[in-house]
Amino acid sequence: MAASFPLDTWYAAAWSHALGAELLAREIAGLRVVLYRRADGRPVALDDACWHRLLPLSMGRLDGEDVVCGYHGLRFDPDGRCVFMPSQETVNPSAHVPARPVVERHGLVWLWPGDPALADPATVPDFGLADHPGWVGPDREYALACGFQLVVDNLLDLTHETFVHASSIGNAAVAEAPFETTHRGTEVSLTRWMTDIDPPPFFAAHLGRPGRVDRWQIIRYQAPATVTIDVGVALTGTGAPQGDRSQGITMQVMHTVTPSTEGTCRFFWKLVRDYSLDDPSLTRRLFEDSETVLAEDKRILEAQQRALEAHPDRAFYDLNIDAAAVWSRRIAEEMIAAEADGPAPTGPLA
Amino acid sequence: MTPATRAVPGRRSRWTGATVAAVEGLTRDVRRLELQFDEAVERSAPGGHVDVLIDVRGRLERRSYSVVEWRGTGRAVIAVKQLTAGRGGSVAMHALVPGDRLTVSRPEHLVGLTLDAPAHLLVAGGIGITALVGMARALAVRGGPLRLLYAVRTREEAPFLDQLRDLLGPRLELHCSAEGRRLTFPAAFADLPPGGLAYVCGPLLMQEAMRVAWEESGREPRHLRSETFGSSGSFPEEAFTVRVPRLGVEIDVPSDRSVLAALQDAGVEMIAECERGECGLCVLPVLAAEGLLDHRDVFLSARQKQAGDVFCTCVSRAVGGALTLDTFDR
Repeated sequence: MAASFPLDTWYAAAWSHALGAELLAREIAGLRVVLYRRADGRPVALDDACWHRLLPLSMGRLDGEDVVCGYHGLRFDPDGRCVFMPSQETVNPSAHVPARPVVERHGLVWLWPGDPALADPATVPDFGLADHPGWVGPDREYALACGFQLVVDNLLDLTHETFVHASSIGNAAVAEAPFETTHRGTEVSLTRWMTDIDPPPFFAAHLGRPGRVDRWQIIRYQAPATVTIDVGVALTGTGAPQGDRSQGITMQVMHTVTPSTEGTCRFFWKLVRDYSLDDPSLTRRLFEDSETVLAEDKRILEAQQRALEAHPDRAFYDLNIDAAAVWSRRIAEEMIAAEADGPAPTGPLA
Repeated sequence: MTPATRAVPGRRSRWTGATVAAVEGLTRDVRRLELQFDEAVERSAPGGHVDVLIDVRGRLERRSYSVVEWRGTGRAVIAVKQLTAGRGGSVAMHALVPGDRLTVSRPEHLVGLTLDAPAHLLVAGGIGITALVGMARALAVRGGPLRLLYAVRTREEAPFLDQLRDLLGPRLELHCSAEGRRLTFPAAFADLPPGGLAYVCGPLLMQEAMRVAWEESGREPRHLRSETFGSSGSFPEEAFTVRVPRLGVEIDVPSDRSVLAALQDAGVEMIAECERGECGLCVLPVLAAEGLLDHRDVFLSARQKQAGDVFCTCVSRAVGGALTLDTFDR
């Protein structure tokens, strides 16, 4: 069966701050890799199986810029080339492990699991506010026992907030307000304004001012698995829908999801704000507040994955609220189909 | 029919079936074959290869062929030069016609192309071009400093020449010995900036000359990458006698048969893996040699080859007289 995720694309492998001097094992789009840094800090990703006996190289050790296999001591340089082999005077010229394209951008290390010749750093998703000096906030990383698309579906339809996150960010207005979905190329956006509403508890607390508000959710999907959401509230009648957010607060909820296997993924989340930049206690509070919301989603998504596996003959029914998810699935399917059917993407020779 | 080696199940290669989908002559002795895998397989990256189990006069032998091009996920294009004095694999490959069935490995990588480097130099000798075509295309698409040096005897014997010229323009340099333009080292890599990567595939003597010059010039050994197929050496192939006194065996090794295959034909139990002279599994002790040893492997070091007391039976040959070997059964 063909994979349910594209390979010729960038996926987040780790937060930059999580990749240090140690070997880090990750599974990305079915590819097991070991990540580490060169002496100058540049990230490296090698396939996590020794060329010789397939032992995960992540069970070995880092010596300078080389990974030494923990079984027989074969040594691989950052290009994946074997530079030492035990008990022989030469090094087998075929001995290497594939090195995968990686780039570090927006506070994340991104990896390209597909055809390395197509890996263009210019196509890393726009995640720029995650390390923008004018925006700060906490980040998290979760392993989830569900396919990556279920997470994308969840983020592209915030109607669920009303029912899953009623105690924090959800209220009836989300499920009642109309929304607009647009599609262009490999991006989808969904915009929803809820005007003149009572703020849900989370936003009431962070706004810190009484009164009714206009609330917005402007979702941007970048195929195949990045969803950034511009959210906030401003006091009603102060012009937020027209572009003046000065009487409100804005946050960007940034997500990128990395398929690990068909039924598992890794979820990267960061919540940044453009106010109270020098308030680490606020960052800590936002980190703690997110615990509940993300746990609520995790419970739903993993149960949904189990339900999918329990009903292999059933398909999802798509409602109007799923428009953005349907677009995203179509884009991802087109990416997968293009990889499977076409000539070699670098073009035929003759 | 059992394969010649123990390499089949569960080892490095995972085998599957394929059908010969198309055959086309590229030059007088090079043929292009399209192998349609029975199932979708993951494309190999540039520089990848497939192994083929080919019937060489009743024995399945393993040969490696670079994938010149992928068509979709399931069709590999390879090019095979017929070596009349080779070990017999290429002759058998040239006998294939559309519809024939083969056992093939899923794509594997021999060399592994590193895309990020200050510059790339590709050096091909003859049919060695097949290992570099995919790399040249990937590197050309990507941009960045690149040169391909293509050494051939005559233009007529140079497969892919027109396509490579279209692809690379002046970045392709043809070194045609019949026209008096030979490839020499270290001149060939003199312009490569420090840290630049070189990939070489061609006759063993050319690869060795380049490796020696490379290391003498102070460049890092790991920046020179090579691919070997064990099909050439220092002397023309000739028939010779192999004796294994411990087993009371004396056999003739024809010019187009490997020592490994000849020993197996005679019932000598052998182990082997790569059959291209790099793994070192089929190495036997040399007890005596009447003539010279033509070492064609890359497993033994120069020192070991000079000493001449061990021998890589899958590819290496004797010249000018009989060879006396010991056996694993001792």
